[in-house]
Amino acid sequence: MIDVSFFHFIQYAFIQKAFLAGSFVAITCATLGMFLVLRRMSLIGDGLSHVSFGAIALGLFFGVYPFYIAIPIVIIGSYFILKITEKAKVFGDTAIGIISAIGIASGVILTSVSSGFNGDLFSYLFGNILAISTTEVVFSVILSLFVLLVLTFFYLDLFSVTFDEEYAKTTGVHTDFINILLTFLTAITVVLSIKVVGVMLVSALLILPAVSALQRARGFKQALFFSVIFSLLSVFFGLFLSFSFDIPAGAMIVMMNVFFFILTLFYKR
Amino acid sequence: MEVLSVHNLSISYGQSIALDSVTFSIEQGDFVGIAGPNGAGKTTLIRAILGLIPAVDGSIFLFGKEQKVFSEWQSIGYLPQKNTSLNPLFPAIVEEVVLLGLISGKHFPKRVTRNDRRLVREILEELGIGDLREKPFDELSGGQLQRVMLARALVQNPKLLIFDEPSTALDPKSRDSFFELLLTLNQKKHITILFITHDTSYIQRYASTILYLDRKVMYFGTVENFFAKKEFRDKENQYHIHYIHDHD
Repeated sequence: MIDVSFFHFIQYAFIQKAFLAGSFVAITCATLGMFLVLRRMSLIGDGLSHVSFGAIALGLFFGVYPFYIAIPIVIIGSYFILKITEKAKVFGDTAIGIISAIGIASGVILTSVSSGFNGDLFSYLFGNILAISTTEVVFSVILSLFVLLVLTFFYLDLFSVTFDEEYAKTTGVHTDFINILLTFLTAITVVLSIKVVGVMLVSALLILPAVSALQRARGFKQALFFSVIFSLLSVFFGLFLSFSFDIPAGAMIVMMNVFFFILTLFYKR
Repeated sequence: MEVLSVHNLSISYGQSIALDSVTFSIEQGDFVGIAGPNGAGKTTLIRAILGLIPAVDGSIFLFGKEQKVFSEWQSIGYLPQKNTSLNPLFPAIVEEVVLLGLISGKHFPKRVTRNDRRLVREILEELGIGDLREKPFDELSGGQLQRVMLARALVQNPKLLIFDEPSTALDPKSRDSFFELLLTLNQKKHITILFITHDTSYIQRYASTILYLDRKVMYFGTVENFFAKKEFRDKENQYHIHYIHDHD
């Protein structure tokens, strides 16, 4: 049974911090996720989250704040996914599989040769937004704003490439650059999302709000709007239920996203 | 004024030659139909002109500038074949799709302005589909879709329109009205038109010039002369019979 009132719940500083960081990350994931889903690049989030697992293990191994190491390594990982797809004549999902395996294997090796950070690594695997620090909130807000600003500046090009890549080329859009940009932004967003839902569930935060929105939306801007709303509501209710029932917040946020997806299936356009 | 000129253009796919030393040029106001048998390199030629595939040899000039350094893509409107590259899940409305035609004239950061929306409204009205502006793209009929894609190609007020099989998804009546529209654009706005069609009767009825390809340029000149020459008439009849047979 829910044993807290909403006003009681929202008064806690750690809840306020979780809301602030969670909301910014939710908006970023919902917006970026729409482009990824429509470009059939949904799995890149999953692959890059596995790379971040290796990167976080590396950070913990050397005693460096893991996100400082994770961002450049995941960006490099995203670059290699593009390069393997381009040079090795393999499909994108195969390249994601290769890079993902390297990330996980590196993480497992680093964990096995070290001792003492298994507990920390566990919190990155499943997220722990209720324990987010003020520095991490600032970090999340700044990086989210950066990703959202870049998405805003390149909105028309991203929209065009996502709708019809071949036509976009004929209008002078640098489609290769846009693809690289989208992958790099995904790398940053994946690292951002780890604190909210953990390595294991990052891709859900990118995919679910977008696919829920696609069931209802009549236009692209409307789809982005719905995606953001579903994502924010999932964070809001996910945190509230997590706090009320003492359930891990990341998993609860994802389950709320699943709930909205199922709901939209019954109210399709 | 020379709108397009192609010099000794050759393109290969591996060992297979798609185009072999193709040379021709088009002046402003020309209405050019490209015909030829399947695998003649018609779509390859158009894709090369638009910079979608690289040339092995030869050069392409657009409005007097070599295509490799050409940047005024807003001068060219393109309507692709059957819209096969479109994403069927995409939740766009008609206005959003037509706005994409204005991207090429914009600089970073590209923004949609009030004037852009006015241009979209105007072109939709001009094409008789103003009521579709808010309609989801995936709810359009074949004819409506083709007009919307034409609106996307026309909204930037191009000087050259390039179509690849513009009417394959249309019934005969819609096809006729589509070509009537193209003729009006050509005659009233002096827009140069270059189009591929399998149905050469449309070239005969509407175009002024025909480019008959079979990997090489077999004929480039007036439509009247082409259909007056027995060798081409026979070839065309034979090809037309094959085409109809293949598509039955």
